Amino acid sequence: MTSQIGKTRVKVEDLRKLFPISKGLFRKSTDFVYAVDGVSFEIRAGESLGLVGESGCGKTTTGRILVKLEEASGGEVLIRDRGTDEMTHVEDVKDRKEFRRNVQMIFQDPYESMNPRRTVFDIVAEPLFVQGMGTTGEREQRVVDLLRLVGLTPPEPFLFRYPHELSGGQRQRVAIARALVMEPSFVVADEPTSMLDVSIRISIMRLMLELAEKLGVTYLYITHDLAVARYMCDRIAVMYLGKIVEMGPTEEVLGSPMHPYTRALLSAVPVPDPSYHRPKVEIEGGVSRAINPAAECRFLARCPFAVDKCRTDPHPDLYDRGTDHLVACHLVAVDGSWTGRERAVLELRA
Amino acid sequence: MVIKEPDSVDVLSPEDPDALVHAEEELGESLWKVRLRLAWKAFKKNWALFMENKIGLLGLVIIVLFGLLALAYPVLRAVGPWQDDGIYDPVIGYDAPVQEFQIVATEAEVTDPTTQKDANTAQLWCFGAVPGDVCEIPLQPAPPSQGHILGTDPLGRDVATQLSFSTRSAFMLGLIAAVVTVGVATVVGSISAFYGGWVDNSLMRLADLVLLLPLIPILIVLSGLWAINLPLLGVLIGILSGFGGTAIVLKSQALSIKVKPFIDAARVSGGSNTHLILKHIIPNVLPLSFLFMMFTVTEAVSLEATLSFFGLLNVDMSWGIMLNTAQSQGYLRTGFEFWWLLIPAGLAVTLLAAGFFFVGRAMDEVINPRLRAR
Repeated sequence: MTSQIGKTRVKVEDLRKLFPISKGLFRKSTDFVYAVDGVSFEIRAGESLGLVGESGCGKTTTGRILVKLEEASGGEVLIRDRGTDEMTHVEDVKDRKEFRRNVQMIFQDPYESMNPRRTVFDIVAEPLFVQGMGTTGEREQRVVDLLRLVGLTPPEPFLFRYPHELSGGQRQRVAIARALVMEPSFVVADEPTSMLDVSIRISIMRLMLELAEKLGVTYLYITHDLAVARYMCDRIAVMYLGKIVEMGPTEEVLGSPMHPYTRALLSAVPVPDPSYHRPKVEIEGGVSRAINPAAECRFLARCPFAVDKCRTDPHPDLYDRGTDHLVACHLVAVDGSWTGRERAVLELRA
Repeated sequence: MVIKEPDSVDVLSPEDPDALVHAEEELGESLWKVRLRLAWKAFKKNWALFMENKIGLLGLVIIVLFGLLALAYPVLRAVGPWQDDGIYDPVIGYDAPVQEFQIVATEAEVTDPTTQKDANTAQLWCFGAVPGDVCEIPLQPAPPSQGHILGTDPLGRDVATQLSFSTRSAFMLGLIAAVVTVGVATVVGSISAFYGGWVDNSLMRLADLVLLLPLIPILIVLSGLWAINLPLLGVLIGILSGFGGTAIVLKSQALSIKVKPFIDAARVSGGSNTHLILKHIIPNVLPLSFLFMMFTVTEAVSLEATLSFFGLLNVDMSWGIMLNTAQSQGYLRTGFEFWWLLIPAGLAVTLLAAGFFFVGRAMDEVINPRLRAR
């Protein structure tokens, strides 16, 4: 795991993204999906933050806003500029090209994230090409170096292959090479291993960690797989319906989960130990979309421990429970212990 | 030929461009050579797929034969048997071979119309001819003979030269129409799909409008306003068919590409909208565009024949004009007695249109693997 943790590299404050629900050509939409609703977090240099949650919770949208593929509806995103070493707002980036050099993204689907009509060289050199960096010969050399770096050795035979001639793992390595070709300091990795065979996943994850160490890259690692997050990330943020419900150091969050949702997620992870008994936390219902959500706890509909306070008060804020472990739940006391009602429910179920 | 002294050429001098090329090859093949090789490889693969389809091969053979026919005109006019301008010019040539006819008393007695004429009709050429006489009549149209392998038309012009001459303009018309169609449709479709919103809405409503315009009546009206020659007709067909259905189909293809993650990836790389359209969307739409290119040639060739047949185009000679001549001189209702006025031009229109259509169908299967019968 990366060691030297330095200055804040990315800071997100009260980020919002609302998608209007189309109501036809001429009527103005009044209903919105609150895909990301007041998300705040910080990523320090050399650290990687895992954004965990089920599909539709807004984690990918958050990542896409950070790389400027989506416009935020509200809130602030600050990313440390590599040249001036100052935190700059993503909205008023003056030098778009410099921003692209600094912030890159690795996509989920290695099969779809490459133009089938372009060769590996074209794909990896594309950022260099659009930024007008280097001559053709220099670009070729740089691409060869990067392919070697991501473990496609010897690189020359790969240069003029088309994506369909590569395996899934090779393609994702090419995708990583493309993301790193301009030496970005911050990379959003959107489930880069979820489409890969389990046997290849670990090698890709190890490669990403190695490169982070070697090149000083900071990741925002988006995933739904807690095991992957545990392997890859220093800190974890658990998202539910557009809100971060729990955030903290990886071992802390996974070792002593406080939010009922995190506990439910963890209870769904299989443990390869037949004698292991984890207290089962059951949640009800399926995931929904946050369409014009009411002023109540976002997790209310599925929470097995809900009390009246959850129904009457707005969604709880994230509170620090002492050890850099933030939880957004009325039922968790300031010191991190469980309140009486919740403990009683747990005991009843045990 | 000058033989150079071996010591006068310094092979390794940096001024020698060949030496530099060799040096580059040693470091690694230059980029354009690699690309050329890749393109050749892809072409060979697609060619193999194309060859699997016998219909496409048939279409290709037809097109090549017409190509030879088009090539025959300048060659045969320059060095071949068609050198006499007065006889073999497709527009102003004139030749009426004289044939002797036996005069018989009444029309009922004519047993062989190619050698006998009744006395009444023969008065037109031989005044005062009586049954038993021999009358020399210049034939116009004349059936195929040694000098005119496809005969002459009602104005005494050689049909074979006309056919060969018109093939060239048919190809030119088809090419112009196809290029314009594909150009317009690809650009309109890609821009409409990529930008969406009001750009998309206005372009697509315009496309709907063009789609609703009946093509032939519109061209008939336009031919009344302007003197339409073949290049202009090609451009008009190109715009009308390119802005209509083809643009809509290509737009739907571009839409399916626009949402692919590699577009996002290119945008994250810093690609501008122009870069995205030129390097990612258009290359992926282009195969479909080529398909429509083939179908447009078919459309253009038959449209030209239609319009020329009605005599609406400002064209000296074309397959449609050949049919128009036969029709206006009253030979259309004679059945197949004067077959050389109808069959060559009519068949040429049908065959060339079919040839391009067949090639288009075969290309469709290369591009669209679902259509492949496996």
